[in-house]
Amino acid sequence: MTIDLKTVKHISKLARISVDEKKANKLAGDLNSIFEFIEKLNELNTENVEPLTSVANTTLRFRKDEVESKNIREKILSNSPDNNKDFFVVPKVVE
Amino acid sequence: MSEITKQTLNELIENVKNKKLSSLEITKAFIERSEKSKKLNAYVTDNFSQAIDNAKKFDEKPNFEFKLPGIPIAVKDLFCTEGTRTTAGSKILSNFIPTYESTVTKNMWNEGAILLGKLNCDEFAMGSSNETSFFGNVQNPISENLVPGGSSGGSSSALAANLTPVTIGTDTGGSIRQPASFTGTVGLKPTYGSCSRYGIVAFASSLDQAGPMSTNVKDAALLLEVISSFDKKDSTSIDFKRNKYSSELTNNIKGLKIGIPNEYRVDGMPSEIEDLWKKGIDYAKECGAEIIDISLPHTKYALPTYYIVAPAEASSNLARYDGVKYGFRSEGENLIDMYEKTRSEGFGEEVKRRILIGTYVLSSGYYDAYYLKAQKVRQLIKKDFDDAYKKVDAILTPSTPSSAFKIGEKTNDPVSMYLNDIFTVPVNLAGLPGISIPAGIDKKGFPLGLQIIGKSFDEQSILNIAYSMEEKINYKNNITDWWI
Repeated sequence: MTIDLKTVKHISKLARISVDEKKANKLAGDLNSIFEFIEKLNELNTENVEPLTSVANTTLRFRKDEVESKNIREKILSNSPDNNKDFFVVPKVVE
Repeated sequence: MSEITKQTLNELIENVKNKKLSSLEITKAFIERSEKSKKLNAYVTDNFSQAIDNAKKFDEKPNFEFKLPGIPIAVKDLFCTEGTRTTAGSKILSNFIPTYESTVTKNMWNEGAILLGKLNCDEFAMGSSNETSFFGNVQNPISENLVPGGSSGGSSSALAANLTPVTIGTDTGGSIRQPASFTGTVGLKPTYGSCSRYGIVAFASSLDQAGPMSTNVKDAALLLEVISSFDKKDSTSIDFKRNKYSSELTNNIKGLKIGIPNEYRVDGMPSEIEDLWKKGIDYAKECGAEIIDISLPHTKYALPTYYIVAPAEASSNLARYDGVKYGFRSEGENLIDMYEKTRSEGFGEEVKRRILIGTYVLSSGYYDAYYLKAQKVRQLIKKDFDDAYKKVDAILTPSTPSSAFKIGEKTNDPVSMYLNDIFTVPVNLAGLPGISIPAGIDKKGFPLGLQIIGKSFDEQSILNIAYSMEEKINYKNNITDWWI
């Protein structure tokens, strides 16, 4: 399996990371050597093996749907990218 | 009394309790040495003036019941600290000031510790040499231009250079144990679920664990006792009965069965590592342990499995950094352009490489061939350990396949960099606890470590084995302060 330039461009589009031609070439080389190393797994027959979903033998806990952190409006707004003190102002993300 | 910064955590606590040292004296000593050690580049952000204030506050009303009374501690910059910048070694978080505290650091402050500063690390903890940090390389105090290991490289460097009495790191594939091994210090990765992941910048959620790093085993036991807790805020935190790791620490390991896995004798392993391992086996025997040969047949598949699972989880976790709500933003012509520019400029090369691997293995048509396959192999790797633990109580291996290398030596070859984690990665995949202790030096005079792997939730046994072997090995770092 080889990863060509077209595939690199496709996955960078999916990952929302822009890459120029020169970088894409270098990445294709890097990814190919990494995948060559990963392909070792194909030696193993795993047909009857259950995939591992958790290392610990536990199930997710249920909890009551209750608000625990209250009155943290100012704390939350302190990380707003815009200087507006009353709203969390972000770029328009819905057309 | 010896120089303050050379004392162990346990000695410092003793001296505070006996009123021989104040928190302020200790805090000032570590700040002064840290300021003289800027060349190591161990800190990303210091908290020195706040630390002085907190030390004064402690001394005014000292509480000697605390487990870490007035002790200043610097931590890896992957732990969110309320009001103190937390960068994860990345440009994309270079202006991020959390409004909440990670549970493990909160546990430390609740026991009287004082935040000294935030320590450098590989970007999003992705790296084995601290060379992927946006804030630059970190020097290993052992020798100039030597990497301190990674990703907790600022932590291992600061610890070995006595800039902090102990520290905490995180370990996804070896990021505590490998830097500990490279700097002649002790590093413990707890069982998955032992230390809360709440407030730790996420890399690969099914593998990440926080853990103590220290100059000796006794300090590691105490720090683990403080940071390990059941936490509702982490859905994978496990509610098990935790030992009193420090008071239950014993060097009596008579009759414990220690397994030696044949598969860890990898091709091209330097004879020095093989010799160190043999010496380690002899030490363990002298300590009264019984040595048993075991087999972990799927060991060679651990790294390829890791390099599917970890990037897959990372690509999902890092999708949140899009320039919209927080962090670095690069303006674009339209929304998609803004996303692409932000992520392209905000992430470094290694992080981008791993996001792309992860995106690829999770993409339509490839999921079964890569991710599902890897999770099946992960099951086999875990089963290897389950089978081995029917016969033994712990497993002894080398920590790394080599000693620390020069800065720049492996940056152009990702696969050779990944091979550093060959002995540590299986432990994360199976969710087990592992500790690295310094065990000797190589021809170049650089430290080498041995790793003891335990059963799930049995940190006490590996601490006891490490404690017992530490006495026999009697390792001392030879640090010349070349950077001062």
